[in-house]
Parts: sequence; C-alpha cells; structure tokens
Amino acid sequence: MFRKLSLTTMTALALSAGAAHAASVEVEITDYAFPFEGPFGSYDTNQLQRGLKVYTEICSACHGLELVAFRTLSDEKGPALPEEQMRAYAENFEVFDQALDDGFGDFRPATPADRYPESSLANAPDLSLMAKSRAGFHGPYGTGISQLINGMGGAEYIASLLTGYEEEPECALEMETPMDGYYNVAFANGGFPEACKDDHGHHTVPGSWIAMAPPLYGDDLDYDDGTEATLEQSAQDVAAFLMWTAEPKMTARKQAGMTGVLFLSLLAVLLYLTNKKLWAPHKPKYKDEA
Amino acid sequence: MAGIPHDHYEPSSNGEKWLHKRLPILGIAYDTLMIPTPKNLNWMWIWGIVLTFTLVLQIVTGIVLVMHYVPHVDMAFESVEHIMRNVNGGHMIRYFHSNGASLFFIAVYLHIFRSLYYGNYKAPREVTWIIGMLMYLLMMGTAFMGYVLPWGQMSFHGTAVITGLFGAVPFVGEALQTWLLGASAVGQPALNRFFSLHYLMPFILLGLTIVHIWAFHTTGNNNPTGVEVRRTSKEDAAKDTLPFWPYFVIKDLFALAIILAVFMAIVGFMPNYLGHPDNYIPANPLATPSHIVPEWYFLPFYAILRAFTADVWVVQIVNFLTFGIIDAKFFGVLAMFGAIAVMALAPWLDTSTVRSGRYRPMFKWWFALLVVDFIVLMWVGAQAAEFPYDWISLIASTYWFAYFLVILPLLGVLEKPLPLPETIEADYAAHYASKTGGTKTIVNPAE
Repeated sequence: MFRKLSLTTMTALALSAGAAHAASVEVEITDYAFPFEGPFGSYDTNQLQRGLKVYTEICSACHGLELVAFRTLSDEKGPALPEEQMRAYAENFEVFDQALDDGFGDFRPATPADRYPESSLANAPDLSLMAKSRAGFHGPYGTGISQLINGMGGAEYIASLLTGYEEEPECALEMETPMDGYYNVAFANGGFPEACKDDHGHHTVPGSWIAMAPPLYGDDLDYDDGTEATLEQSAQDVAAFLMWTAEPKMTARKQAGMTGVLFLSLLAVLLYLTNKKLWAPHKPKYKDEA
Repeated sequence: MAGIPHDHYEPSSNGEKWLHKRLPILGIAYDTLMIPTPKNLNWMWIWGIVLTFTLVLQIVTGIVLVMHYVPHVDMAFESVEHIMRNVNGGHMIRYFHSNGASLFFIAVYLHIFRSLYYGNYKAPREVTWIIGMLMYLLMMGTAFMGYVLPWGQMSFHGTAVITGLFGAVPFVGEALQTWLLGASAVGQPALNRFFSLHYLMPFILLGLTIVHIWAFHTTGNNNPTGVEVRRTSKEDAAKDTLPFWPYFVIKDLFALAIILAVFMAIVGFMPNYLGHPDNYIPANPLATPSHIVPEWYFLPFYAILRAFTADVWVVQIVNFLTFGIIDAKFFGVLAMFGAIAVMALAPWLDTSTVRSGRYRPMFKWWFALLVVDFIVLMWVGAQAAEFPYDWISLIASTYWFAYFLVILPLLGVLEKPLPLPETIEADYAAHYASKTGGTKTIVNPAE
C-alpha cells in the first residue's frame, strides 16, 4: 500500500498536472500585529497568560500540546507563571504513568516535569507546533517575497482561522445535501462543494469547510487582567500563546542573532581596515594618493 | 607547488630541520599557505573559503546534533523537538545546521557560476572542475538525506518522491528502489541508512576538498583575465602574484565576516524562511501533502525533471526509438542527471581558446541568459505542473542543455574574442590606473 502511495505521488508530481495546484485556495488572512514580530520583538507575558487561559478553558477540550512540558510555563521569556501557580496548574491535568499499578500503568495528576496530554479527539491536531507548521503568507507567484516581509504568518493564520467563520456563501446554500463542517474563509484544506467552482474548476469563494465548530464567539471567558475577551482579542491571545509553544526559545534566539550580527559586523569593519592597509602598497590608486 | 616559481620552505631552527627530515608537514603547510596567487582575483574568488567554512560548520553542529537525535521513526521528530526545547543552545545549533545547508548551496552556486564565467574549468584545470562536480553531487546527496532525518511530512514524502526516481529505471527500477530503501517503502530501514550516510558523506566531502585544493594548487589559480601567471622567472611570477597569506586570507576573512553577519541575521530573525512549514508536521504515510516541494536548492533540477512530459515530441521520439524502454518518467530522470553531466563536460564542450568571459563579447550574453535561466528554473520548480509553468520549464530546461551542448561549442568558432592583456600585472595596473581618473596613465600593453 505504501508503495502504491509513493508511486502515485511520483506520478502526480513528475508527470501529471493540476492536483498540486488545486491546493492553492484563496484564503483571507488578517495581518494582525503581534508583539513578537521583527528582530526586536518578544513575547508579551500578559498576552501569553491570557492565551494560556483560552487554551486551557476552550481548546484543551479537544486539542493536545504533547510537546510542551508544564515546567516551561514558568519560563521567564514565556508565560512566566510563578512556580507555585504552575505546579497547581499542572495538577489539573491527568497523565498516564506506566510505572504505577505494578507496571500496568495508571493515571495520576501531572507534575511540572510532565508534558500536556495529547489530543483527546482523534481528528483534532496537536497544537504544539501549529504556529510553525502553517504559513499565513504566501507568494506572490511562489517568490517568497511576502514571507520575507511579513514573516511566515503562523500566528496570523491561527488568529484569522478563529475569526474566519462566516455565513455559508450563497452557492453552497442552493445544494441539496449541505456541506459537512463549517465555512471558514481562512481555512484552505477542507471540503469544497462543486457548486462553488466555476467552469475551470477555480473556487469562486475564499476558504473551505472545516470540521471544527467555531470555538470562540467573544466573551467566552473572563481574563484575570481585566482585558475584555472579545473574539478578536482572545483569538490573537491564543495565537500568541501557540506561537510560544511552537517556538519557546524565540527571544533567546533573537538576542543571540542580534549579538552575532553586531559582533560579526564589528569584525568585518576591523578586517576591512586591515585588508585596506595590507593591500595599499600594492594598489597604484593608494600609492598615488600617498 | 603550482609550477609557479617561488621560494619554498626552508627549515630554520634545529627542531624544524629534525622534523622536516622525517615528515615534511611544515613544508606542505607553508607552501600551501604561501602559494603565489594572482593578485587580480576579484570578490567572486571568496566562495571557496565560505564553502570550506560552511563544511566545517555543518560537521561541527552535526556532530553535536547527533548526540541528541534518535534515528527511529517513532522518535526522530520528537528528538528534534527535544533539541529545540530542552538541549542547552540546541535551538541555535539546529537552526545553524538547517540554515547552514542553504548557505552551503548559495555559496556553491556562486562558486560554480564564477567558474563558468571565467572559464576556470578549461585546461589545465579540468580535474579541479570534475572533482568539484563530484563534490556538488555529494553535497546534494548529503543535503537530501539530512532533510529526511527530522521525519516531518516533507521529509517523508519528499523521500518517497526522490527514491521513486530510481524506480523509473527500466527493468531493475523496482528492485533498485527497494534496495535503496531497504524495504518496499520509506520507513525505519531507510531512516537508519540515510542517517548513517548523512554522517559519512561530509567526511568524504572533506577529503575531496583537500584533493580539490591540491588540484588547483598544482595548476595555479585561474583569475578574472584568464591569462596565466608568468612562469618564466621568479621575478616575473612575483609581479603577477601575491602570497596567499596574508593578502588573500585577510581579504577572504573580511568577506566571510560579512556573509556570516547576514547568515546570523537569518538564523536569528527568520530561521524558518527557507524551510517548509509542512516539515513541522510529524511524518504520516497515510496523509500526502497536497504540494510536495523540494528544498529551494534542488528546485532548478527538479524543474528539469518535471519538464519532459509524455506530450513533448523529443520524449515521444526517444520512447519510440527505444521501443518504449525510455518512457517520460525515465526521460525526466535522465534529463535531471544529464543537466549536471553536461555541466561537468564543459571543459570539452567549450571550444573557445579564451578562458575569461570578460574578453568574449558574445559569450557574455549567453552566459547572462544562463544565469537568468537558472533562476527561472528555480522559480518554476516550485510551481504546479500546469500551463503556463509547464511551457516555461520546458523552454528553460531546453536552454540549459542548449547552452552546454550547442552554444559553447559554436561560440568558440563564431566569436571573435577581444584582445587579452599581456600579463596579469598589466591588467592589474590598468584597473587601478583607470580608477584614479587622474593624471597618471599606465598603458595597457594589449592595446
């Protein structure tokens, strides 16, 4: 079966056409401004804590974060929960421990060293790396210029998806059997009705149908810091939190990058001057001036 | 060395004399470092140092990564995330390594095109060129196998596609593919052997680097004029050259510092820009990504692979003449490897007696078109195989072959080259005289 799969892929890629491109569905991604953008950007602790609350109270019902350890919630450059609070938070989750019950294993409350449980719903993807495994910005024309200027846009994609639920377009309403799932203008890989395609097979409306019901409506929860939990606000907060789960070392990385650029630039200046002085006797231009 | 007359190593102290009699290692180091180098080398002659540095960077970061990586289908993806999250400095080392591959290929493409423009591949430097082409193939193999290791979606399905190429070989294809993968599909045996080879091949590359340097130290460097260093006497040679240390070491280090500053900015601020988001999804044999794209550095040759479809008449003729043995799929594979093979044959396809493109008025334009062609192929390789991209890739692929197989041989006959400078010294002096724009004019003997 695997063989067939690889050969089909091969054939689809090397020989035939179309299939690959059908994926480039028009989607509507909002370029939200996040505090962690740009070389100097870093995570906003308050926003991460709000996002953590959205995840805990809403997303975690179905989605896991199996690569994230509870202890990292205390990371200074992350959500920075006080240690006691983080310990208490971890205990709310149950993890399976093979060592318990004479090796038969049993559930127990999580400790800081444990990681979040996996998704409880089979078709709900794990969210640990969601912000890096999706790109909000593409192109144009496959040149990558958009990503260069705007970044990959994983967080923008998540926030846009959460706010992207809209009324089904007219072309879909006329169908005899309604589409499964929910119409979302930011989602590219879902089902799409024939009725909404033109004669060339191009989509006439953006997005596609996603299995996940709208998880946020606005005012779904009360933020501890008094921020109003509008739909847009909580969508951005949880997107920022998921950016942190995907790239917990981002701040350290940017600082290392900045240090590296500065020192290498300094080194380059020194080497430039050395080089100039070294070559001067061998360059008539400088000889004449001397 | 180099056949260029110059002062060789003379052991001075008693200790040096003692060692030199038994092992002339200091002599080799001295002669390598002090080799007479044409003094007119321009900034396109820095990529060799960049490549050597990058190879070492990849080996060092790679060795550290291996200390934490687990080559198992169930654990590989997670072990990479372990490196990114828990290993001290692991996220930097991993991003250095993954972006280092891109730096490696940017440098190698500039290095190759430099050589194509200045005719570095021509006699007597064919062996340097051929070794270089072997190194390039080895680099591609290493990079491909390295990309498999994180065991993400693109790793898995990209491997299925690329090893599928070998399945296109007539008669033995299926057996060959199974032999390569160690199974009928991509899985644990493939991951294990690719891991093993990914560790081995850089060291072969390191060995070939030494042979590559040895070869051009024997013939001497080419230079932007393509005119050889005078070997008539030590004095003449000294007028055309400067010793590698310190002149070119400092110059190359300056260039390297600038390039590394840019590299550091990419690693620090946009480490995933050159990668593919899908590779942050764990490999799943049952879910094929809708759009499988190789890494950017493979795209030109991937475009050539896809360009020759069954409706192209050349493919149909070949198919007919070989009684169907060479079908479109195998033709594509042959074209891809052929594209590198014709480049490797450049020393024998280029009939012009003039090395440097600087003195070849017609060649210049065809070469510029080849550079554009390469960029177009890179772009179109990431597009879907549909109109108009299929036509663009077919035209661009055709030009790639035409450049090496038709244009290079013909130009040598049709083109009237410009007069060459008599010596490197004369060209060098003229270059700096013209820059001053002042009173002193140094007459170029070639004019």
